Amino acid sequence: MGFSTRLVASAFQASGPVILGYFPLGFAFGLLFVEHVGLPWSYATAMSLIVFAGASQFLAVGLLAAGVGVFEIAAATFILNVRHAFFGLSVLERWRGAGFKKFFLIYWLTDETYALMTSIKPPPDARETDFHLLMAGINYSAWCLGSTAGALAGEASSFDTTGMDFALTALFAVLLVEQMRQVREVFPFALAFVAGIITIVAFGGENMLLISISLSLGLLIANGARRGWA
Amino acid sequence: MNGYIWSVIFAMAAVTFISRAAPFVFLGRFAESRAIRFLGRGTPPVILTLLVIYCLKDVAVTVSPYGLPEGIALAVTIGLHALFRNALVSIGVGTGAYMAIVQTGILAL
Repeated sequence: MGFSTRLVASAFQASGPVILGYFPLGFAFGLLFVEHVGLPWSYATAMSLIVFAGASQFLAVGLLAAGVGVFEIAAATFILNVRHAFFGLSVLERWRGAGFKKFFLIYWLTDETYALMTSIKPPPDARETDFHLLMAGINYSAWCLGSTAGALAGEASSFDTTGMDFALTALFAVLLVEQMRQVREVFPFALAFVAGIITIVAFGGENMLLISISLSLGLLIANGARRGWA
Repeated sequence: MNGYIWSVIFAMAAVTFISRAAPFVFLGRFAESRAIRFLGRGTPPVILTLLVIYCLKDVAVTVSPYGLPEGIALAVTIGLHALFRNALVSIGVGTGAYMAIVQTGILAL
């Protein structure tokens, strides 16, 4: 495959801010995992290596600790990650003909990596897919190393992690603010807010995610179809 | 426990990969469709709004401390993000503030 040193250097430079975010967040995940799930550090590493989906992994810590069933955890993961399905749409054409590299480009596609891919241009002499692959691989490594370091630290010391699970709420809040900057419409946010509150009042908190998402997306699609998808 | 954790890891990996690969497998021909682009724009706001609400669903606003720890930490997170737009700073300081509030119990009236 052979990447030039210059290409690797520019990928590291572009990935810098994401590394600074992924390592500490991965660290927090590893720490929470060993404390709440009660399994050795290697399972936190395995989950990061195999799953590689930050928000779902944080959510899974709480669900695993509660002993929730495999199907429910998979369903929650799917709901959380279905947004990725729309990321691929805009890079569909650009990755055509990437061959086996496409597998890793897809496997390593996250919110942050997607943001880099769509906002930072590759160096002039480089193939775009190579540049994307390097950035994605660097980010993946930062997440896996961070999780491992956090899990090892969690085993070595008894750090009080009470309240640390707020990191998940904060992560979603930050992603929400980013969405508000991008999508300059009030309707989808307001629709989801109202649907969420009504669902909690009517059905309680336990199953609110699936019910409120179905309700909101149903209303969003109905409204879109009525307006001709404008 | 061993079978359980591995089943969870592989089930999570499978559904995550499916969601990431879906457009490449199914949507190639529809990528330019207006309906798909409409959904691509509208779905993330809906899901993220509901995820924030989901995270806060167990906060008891009618009893002490009346959801104040979550409210303050969320305001810190969003405020910092509006100012600096640095996700690590927003999440780190927001979570740190929440941990400090609940561990010291200063708002337990």
